[in-house]
Amino acid sequence: MILYILCFILFAIGIYCLLVKKNLVKKIVGLGIAEYAVNLFFILLGYRNGGEAPILDKTRVIANFVDPLPQALILTSIVIGLGVTALMVAIVVRLYEKYKTFDIDEIRRLKG
Amino acid sequence: MKEENGMSLIVKRITRITVSLIFLFGVYIVLHGHLTPGGGFAGGVIIALSFIHLVLAFGKDEAMNKLNESIASIIESIGGLMFWGVALLGLLGGYFFLNILPKGEPFRLFSSGAIILYNIAIFLKVGAGLFSIFIAMAIFRMPAGDNTQEPKKR
Amino acid sequence: MIELSIILILMIIGAVVAMEIDDLLSSIIALGAVGIGLTLEFLLLRAPDLAITQLVVEILSLIILIRATIEVNKPLAQAVSLQKKIMHLAYFCFAIIFVALFIRFSYLAIRQLPDFGNPIMKMGGQYAEQALKKTGATNIVSAIILDFRGYDTLGEATILFTSVIGVISVLRLSGRKR
Repeated sequence: MILYILCFILFAIGIYCLLVKKNLVKKIVGLGIAEYAVNLFFILLGYRNGGEAPILDKTRVIANFVDPLPQALILTSIVIGLGVTALMVAIVVRLYEKYKTFDIDEIRRLKG
Repeated sequence: MKEENGMSLIVKRITRITVSLIFLFGVYIVLHGHLTPGGGFAGGVIIALSFIHLVLAFGKDEAMNKLNESIASIIESIGGLMFWGVALLGLLGGYFFLNILPKGEPFRLFSSGAIILYNIAIFLKVGAGLFSIFIAMAIFRMPAGDNTQEPKKR
Repeated sequence: MIELSIILILMIIGAVVAMEIDDLLSSIIALGAVGIGLTLEFLLLRAPDLAITQLVVEILSLIILIRATIEVNKPLAQAVSLQKKIMHLAYFCFAIIFVALFIRFSYLAIRQLPDFGNPIMKMGGQYAEQALKKTGATNIVSAIILDFRGYDTLGEATILFTSVIGVISVLRLSGRKR
């Protein structure tokens, strides 16, 4: 129960960083922190007390497994997060080369 | 602009040895994806990291003479087409994505039908794609000064 | 589980450090520390597939993020006008109110979840029992993403392809006419 609350606090830190900071790279860092919190929350939902990793073995054929379905979904989500971060960094690099600053107040002022 | 010649001599010597080990480890994780944890995604990222290690240690001028970035896009397309091809092969048996290749006995390398082919397709696609992203970021760079010129490649 | 809580508290401290520090390179390295803490959490929660993938993806995203900080000049400290200070204070208050409301409502929602450690495994239990018979693979997570739920993997391969196309087309510039 306390684990869920700490996980949501981590997500709230990420969203706060995305809203308040003025530097574009800090916004990407904030979004990355929020992504970590969401992935952790799904895996926390699927844990079973005293469970084993979902891999069959010669010694134990059907045993007490943790839930394998959230793990399959989050595996996809981690790689998608990498693709989104790469695209964001590419856009930020081009913005810096054009406007010579990372500050969004300046970029909003100098249009075109 | 300052010419980059890569890192020092110690790093270059060690890189020659470790790059082949990283490559071998990545191929092991992909091929045993249906028996031990790992699979196509983790193996593809490890292969891309081994090539990035080469580019980082030797400097981009020297390393890009040996590696070719157009081959990376061809390999990525082959990976995508192979995934679709194996999925459509299931149409012969019944519905899309049906796993119709023979399943041997468990715990061997060639059990589980088409899963190993899916793992190899994902590995080609993810490895080549992430390497292309890194090369695009490291090489395309605009020269300092006005920004109406073409970007300097290499 | 006490070690899960300790690693989560260390991750929260790392996230606050990554948010507040001024130098961009240090903040990116603190983000890497949070990612490695997440790898340890996945290992403790019995998910080895995810731990391997999260570790190597974290290393690659650190390499890509550091590219954004190369050749960045430190900005000169300018005089901030009074109007800008008031607007910044307004943004700050709005963000604090939003975060407080979010935590309040999420606490109400968490009380409806089942206890930690007793999941409702409706679909997961059936997948775990039938994986060996129907697919012949012994890694159940691989059997799920490549056989039972192959459409999701197809969509994910498409997303990676799109992001590669996006990066190459954003960073390339054909010459403009003068």
